[in-house]
Amino acid sequence: MAATAQPLVQAQRSRPASRFKLSSLLSQEVILALAIIIIIVVVGSVNARYVSERNLTSIFLGNAYIAVAAIGMSMVIISGNIDVSVGSLIGVLATLSGTLAVNGVPIWLSWVIPVFAGMLVGAVIGFFVAYLKIPSIVVTLGFLSILKGGLISITNGEWIRDLPDSFGLAQERPFGIPMPVYFMIVLTILAALWMRYSATGRAIYAVGGNKEAARLSGISEPRILMTVFILNGFFVGIASILFATQLEIIQTAVPAGVELLIITAAVVGGVSILGGTGTVIGAMLAAILLSAIGSALVFINVSPFWLRAVQGVLILMTVLADLLRRRRNQASLKG
Amino acid sequence: MQPILELEHISKKFPGVQALTDARFDMRPGEVHALLGENGAGKSTMIKIISGVHKPDTGDIRLDGQRVSFNNPREAQAKGIATIYQELSLYPELSVAENIFMGHAPRAMFGAVDWRTMKRRAAEILDSLQITDLDVEAKVGGLTVGKRQRVEIAKALSLNARILIMDEPTAALTEADVQRLFGIVRLLRERNVGITYISHRLEEVFVLADRVTVLRDGQYVGTDDVKNVTQDKLISMMVGRTIENLFPKLPTEIGKPVLEVRNLWRKPLCRGVSMTLRAGEIVGLAGLVGSGRSEFAQTVFGFTPAQDGEIILDGKPQKIRNPGEAMSKGIAYVPEDRGTQGLVRQMRIRENVSLAVLRSVSRGGFIDDKLEREMSQHAIRQLGIRAFSGEQVVNKLSGGNQQKVVVAKWLASKPKVLIMDEPTRGVDVGAKSEIHRLISELAQQGLAILMISSELPEVLGMSDRVLVMREGRIVAEFERKDATQENVVAAMMRESMDVTDAQPLRTAGD
Repeated sequence: MAATAQPLVQAQRSRPASRFKLSSLLSQEVILALAIIIIIVVVGSVNARYVSERNLTSIFLGNAYIAVAAIGMSMVIISGNIDVSVGSLIGVLATLSGTLAVNGVPIWLSWVIPVFAGMLVGAVIGFFVAYLKIPSIVVTLGFLSILKGGLISITNGEWIRDLPDSFGLAQERPFGIPMPVYFMIVLTILAALWMRYSATGRAIYAVGGNKEAARLSGISEPRILMTVFILNGFFVGIASILFATQLEIIQTAVPAGVELLIITAAVVGGVSILGGTGTVIGAMLAAILLSAIGSALVFINVSPFWLRAVQGVLILMTVLADLLRRRRNQASLKG
Repeated sequence: MQPILELEHISKKFPGVQALTDARFDMRPGEVHALLGENGAGKSTMIKIISGVHKPDTGDIRLDGQRVSFNNPREAQAKGIATIYQELSLYPELSVAENIFMGHAPRAMFGAVDWRTMKRRAAEILDSLQITDLDVEAKVGGLTVGKRQRVEIAKALSLNARILIMDEPTAALTEADVQRLFGIVRLLRERNVGITYISHRLEEVFVLADRVTVLRDGQYVGTDDVKNVTQDKLISMMVGRTIENLFPKLPTEIGKPVLEVRNLWRKPLCRGVSMTLRAGEIVGLAGLVGSGRSEFAQTVFGFTPAQDGEIILDGKPQKIRNPGEAMSKGIAYVPEDRGTQGLVRQMRIRENVSLAVLRSVSRGGFIDDKLEREMSQHAIRQLGIRAFSGEQVVNKLSGGNQQKVVVAKWLASKPKVLIMDEPTRGVDVGAKSEIHRLISELAQQGLAILMISSELPEVLGMSDRVLVMREGRIVAEFERKDATQENVVAAMMRESMDVTDAQPLRTAGD
């Protein structure tokens, strides 16, 4: 028996992993892009109005501010954390922005100040997580309540009206394309490049992938986490301006379920809930996909309330796929 | 003798890997049967098939001559097959007795747990194994690894196991615990239990096993009585080639002191350590697990900063408060546990290799892609990492190759002092000797190397000098020619009496 084994072994010893694999081609980003195209083609062939310029624009516009916030959320989740307070923060910052504008503050300041305010809140959350070592889910649950409660107490839920005409940043349409779409695409590309090529971006992946190894490699985990939460505050700030300026009024309430939508975009976009892997481009594509599905439901006469259920199914499918991938990697490791 | 368990023509394929091809294995009652092979040879898959975790794609499993098929580990357990994995599967918050009877606690009326019977029977089982230092009511979480392992064995016996499978049981044990384990295994053998034993330590096979089966690349190579084989024979069966020299120590010129440590304290396990490490020198740091070796290394590296004492590099006293500072001063530390401390497994080889030097491969905060790629290609060539490119995710590499990536990462920081904590733990024989050669070459290039290892042959074979730690202190020092297995083991185990504490070392400054 020993003899028959001998020659085969030599051939197998340094079996190189094959260079080309279908599975590596099918990254989450490619899958999402294909899914968007398939939905557009299929639903478009059922109902031509779905592929009208107007509707396609609204699909891209629909979740643009969600996609912007999902950039920050992706970074937070990649670093091994979570932020469930972003929905409340968007409500607060949007209200802040509108209040400034109505009270005669220069328009550009009423756009910029909330972004800084968002970074400030991010810094406080980051401090709790990074230096006081409180789990981010706990810290941000606390902030969710504080921000939400504070907002309702101060505004009594009154809407902000009579906004100056020039305030409506999100309503601008340079070259016929809504402003939020520019923000979504430009910020996503910049963030993707930064995550891929900057030393800090790499450190975020390292901290999320293995804190201990990152620390032993001389990476300061607290500093990285501070950076992540401040950046998250920045993206939430931008998202809240896009949200605040899209209509003539601002409802001074927290938009319901927004944080879940943002987390969904990140997770469906391929960001591992366990930290360490994923890209912001995936998150943007997932936000567009969710928007495309929401719109499709209307066009094929399904109640839009089903959208929530579809989101849930997508989350489960993505997490399941991620888990299976990890299991398979582990199985192939052991001999 | 009639085997109790036979496996024949076993094949098992995982996505992307043929783990076993037409392999076989058998167990007789009352024997210790060692299962050997390099990492990736199929040992783990084999035992997982025996214990019902995996189902083979093809092949027969016969128990007492009857064909059987296990759908899950419970079914295998019910037939008397118990398995003790490397990662022990105990509940830290529960007591010893509760753990032993987890899943089959004796019942009193109305299905309530019969605590008295449970404790009594747990004590009986421990007694029968001659284990007297375990309190059945103690919480498992507070026990040492060795004791927890004994609990696992007791648990297996509480299930009336006839076949006991042990996957690298000595990997994390102290020398004393290893001896106790051997005692228990022999006891079980007398009771006619068949024991399958997987280990990377060949010496153990000769001490303990009756028969040995070797697998290589998922294929059956051969089975023989241990008394008929030699260590060299087994190694050549495992790797398919002979390794003439396991420890290729190269003659090296030893230079000036690079690292001097004086009276370094970090409670509880680094208690006034002094030592000197010279350029080109390999110093082996021996000691039982828990003697403070890793703690000392991590204190020098700033992971757990020192509370008192001096660290002198190239003659200048230095303050080291965190790993970043240690690195910038030329100290590198290859940690003990590459899974939790060494690698970011989801990352590519390229990304891991540059992780400790992110700043120096970046310009203006952005990583120089070309430089980084060159660095990883250089590492792959220099260390002989088996991967198709630097873009491969380290998760998919074998243990030995992962370890090489960790080493590459630290070499990238161009250190003067390289501390390696268990550099070859869990690494297969072939990769092991490659890592040894590498260590030797690095010393030849003038690197000062402190090597912590629990494998005595490695320490003795590689080191210019051997230091022995016990209870947070250095208790003995041997030159290469004086360092024998007996000397070093004696220093490791002896109670503190005739040994000088933290023997002062001649240094240039004093």
